[in-house]
Amino acid sequence: MLTGGMHLPTGIVVLVACLLTALVLRWRRRSQERQHSFISEVDRATYETLHTVSLAAQPLREGLTEDGAARAAKHLLDMLHASAVAIQGVGSTLTWVGEGQHHAAQVGAHTVPVLEGGRTIVISSGEISCTDPDCPIRSAVVSPLVVDDHVVGALATYSPSSSPGLARATEEIAGWASSQLQLAELGKERTRAMEAELRALRAQISPHFIYNSLAAIASFVRTDPERARELLLEFADFTRYALRKGGAFTTLSEELRNVERYLVLEQARFGDRLSVSLLIAPEVLPVQVPYLAVQPLVENAVRHGLAGKTTAGTLILEARDVGAEAEIVIEDDGIGADPERVRAALDSVTESDSVGLGNVDARLRQVFGEDYGLVVETAPGAGTRVSFRIPKYAPGIHEGR
Amino acid sequence: MENEFDTFAVFAIVLVCVATLAVGAFGLRLSRTTSDFYVASRQVGPARNATAISGEYLSAASFLGVAGLIYERGFDSLWFPVGYTSGYVVLLVLVAAPLRRSGAYTIPDFAEMRMESTGIRRISAVLVVVIGWLYLLPQFQGAALSLQSVTGWPTWVGSAIVVFTVVLGVAAGGMRSITLVQAMQYWLKLSAIAIPAFVLFYLWTSQGSPGPREVVGGGDALREWYEPLTESAQEPYPLYSTYSTLLALCLGTMGLPHVLVRFYTNPDGRAARGTTSVVIGLIGLFYLFPPIYGVLGRVYLPVLGEHIPVDQVVLQLPKAALPGLTGDILAAVLAGGAFAAFLSTASGLVISIAGVIAQDVLRPTLARFTAGDSGIIQGFRLATIIAVVVPFLAAMVTAPLGLARTVNLAFALAASTFAPLLLLGVWWRRLTVTGAFAGLFVGGGLAIAATLFTVAVRPEPGWVATTLSQPAAWCIPAAFLATIVVSLLTPRRIPPRTARTLARLHTPEGVELGSLRQP
Repeated sequence: MLTGGMHLPTGIVVLVACLLTALVLRWRRRSQERQHSFISEVDRATYETLHTVSLAAQPLREGLTEDGAARAAKHLLDMLHASAVAIQGVGSTLTWVGEGQHHAAQVGAHTVPVLEGGRTIVISSGEISCTDPDCPIRSAVVSPLVVDDHVVGALATYSPSSSPGLARATEEIAGWASSQLQLAELGKERTRAMEAELRALRAQISPHFIYNSLAAIASFVRTDPERARELLLEFADFTRYALRKGGAFTTLSEELRNVERYLVLEQARFGDRLSVSLLIAPEVLPVQVPYLAVQPLVENAVRHGLAGKTTAGTLILEARDVGAEAEIVIEDDGIGADPERVRAALDSVTESDSVGLGNVDARLRQVFGEDYGLVVETAPGAGTRVSFRIPKYAPGIHEGR
Repeated sequence: MENEFDTFAVFAIVLVCVATLAVGAFGLRLSRTTSDFYVASRQVGPARNATAISGEYLSAASFLGVAGLIYERGFDSLWFPVGYTSGYVVLLVLVAAPLRRSGAYTIPDFAEMRMESTGIRRISAVLVVVIGWLYLLPQFQGAALSLQSVTGWPTWVGSAIVVFTVVLGVAAGGMRSITLVQAMQYWLKLSAIAIPAFVLFYLWTSQGSPGPREVVGGGDALREWYEPLTESAQEPYPLYSTYSTLLALCLGTMGLPHVLVRFYTNPDGRAARGTTSVVIGLIGLFYLFPPIYGVLGRVYLPVLGEHIPVDQVVLQLPKAALPGLTGDILAAVLAGGAFAAFLSTASGLVISIAGVIAQDVLRPTLARFTAGDSGIIQGFRLATIIAVVVPFLAAMVTAPLGLARTVNLAFALAASTFAPLLLLGVWWRRLTVTGAFAGLFVGGGLAIAATLFTVAVRPEPGWVATTLSQPAAWCIPAAFLATIVVSLLTPRRIPPRTARTLARLHTPEGVELGSLRQP
């Protein structure tokens, strides 16, 4: 029995003592770190420069924007030992950092030859006129910022007198900044590619499915016109959903409704050979899923798992509540597949054989992060089990209800 | 005479534990496996969802604590059930639908979405855990005392049984706050408290409705008991206490970790409102019964015995009023109901706390150590252990303060931190990130300090004890004031997408949001 066995004031005193000790230790470690006692002067200068470089890299990764340029220029000025640093974009001066703010208006004129010629130029002392005798802005070094062989801007450094050292430094820094801008451009391209891919998948009802559905419907037109009409309406609803415009997300219950339409059409073709078992936790029905995330996986199970089978096949669709996430499982007892082939399908999104798998995987990772890809368990003859998780809340995806 | 081994009650408790685990493990599979899409994609309706919310909400404090307070303090304590219910009225009117439309699953989610700040998210996560622990503490203590009173076993056994059942259910993956299980718990609890109440009430009327008995040498005790708002040695400032309690209960409900999570199951904001309305009815129905035990306790049990806390009055009453087999069976039914209350509330809380610990604390840490190789499920299991061990140890070390009163502290903390964040977040467009920080720090700091002082030091009755054990009346206004003043002082820190967020929270379903659709 612990009750009453603890003396409270003692407990509190011990706790406070522990906290104080921890604080003192931490403070001492901090102050030791600050003394740099075992780092030489040269090393220290190198580290500081490297640190400044990394600070300047972040804003440049956003591309040549006014805000990013201003933040980066501050750090560039620290590295260059010049009086002022200016960054010129195509058409406008983005920023001026340092002394002699009144010269900012002339940056455009100073950088014209560089933007046109793409070479570093030095504007020597005397060419920049100023009424203020103490103004340090007398000479300039202007270097181009190049992305993909195009001059997208210029970096200008100003000082009282131009030196070869400053010219070299400016050129190097401009080259480094160009590489950062190139990275920014790559990032943008990647986003564009992902968006294009999303658009591509949205319209991607497989041609096999259209052909097979229409053939199945046609077979009912004479024998069972009523059924043919129902199937045709299901087909119309399916295509409307798959080709719709609007948000990239939908609720799990909407997506399930579409899976149902798909399966009704497939069952018209397979008849009794395809049976479906559903186990859906009602708690996860309102979860937002990327639109067309489940249907391609079901289609994959039917086409690659069950269609090759001679006997009846079962498809199990499960949605489970796992705390702050939902887990969705699509399982078939079909012919299975070689794991290596599945891996290849997941790796290359464009592979025509299992378009759905790779594409859904890529979209899930893009939207929710690298932890949220597809998990495929399969072996030849052993069926296939595809599962993935969806967070119930992810920042920024709840825009389209 | 007390604390002999009660076979009936132990049987009822075991039955409840086993049934809870079994339904959790098999219930979903049995009820929802189908080949019919229409059945499979049926949403949880407001009535079912409301029953589940009520089942999770009605805790040991409701089942045992309210009757105990009424038994001890008299009719002033009738405000407790009123407050527990009216919290949902506030929730219904002010935040239910906007919260659902926000798409947030937990309060930290809402904080991040509304304030666009991960800092606010982190503080909210810490507060959720603290509030959850504070709410779990009385559940474990109540279980310990209940089991002690029917078996005579030491107190840690009861806590351990609840901890074990909850961990087994949650970590094994069965008892994930499944709507069906929690809904079943509501009907179980309602039957367990209503049936004995009807029997006892009938007994009481057939005996000519005797009044409460005067205790020999009790002085003014009986008058203090039935006259509202009388000062006593225990409660020197009844008016202040009552108002403070009411304020905490009204504003605290919306900030409880296991309440918002359930609203996510509603398909949309309108369903969230419908659900809340039904919850008010269901909880109101339940709270008709605990006062009967409190009052009849005064009639049949004028003296409760030396070392029996007043929370046990519900369990002791049937045996005192109806000695013999009937009394034993009724007591067993009540003990089973009380355990159902411990289990359902504790599991709901543990799931919420474990979810927050796993998501906001463990996952980033584990990912760093294991290079992203750690499983989500393992993380959740570890979080479950952490979520129960801390309140379990606290329940061992601290002496019980009374179920309803400890729960009140949890309500006060929730009301002084999340009420400003949620209410102002939903209704005030000038709320800033700095303001939200200030509110959480001021409200949370004051309420936690008061709580620690009350639980750990337990000051002698007096104005210090009263103001500290009922901190809501000054903590909540302080938190609101801090949030508003700091927000007005820092107009530049308004989250950039405030207008868009608020439009989404307040646009009724069915209205096309046009340009807002595309992010």
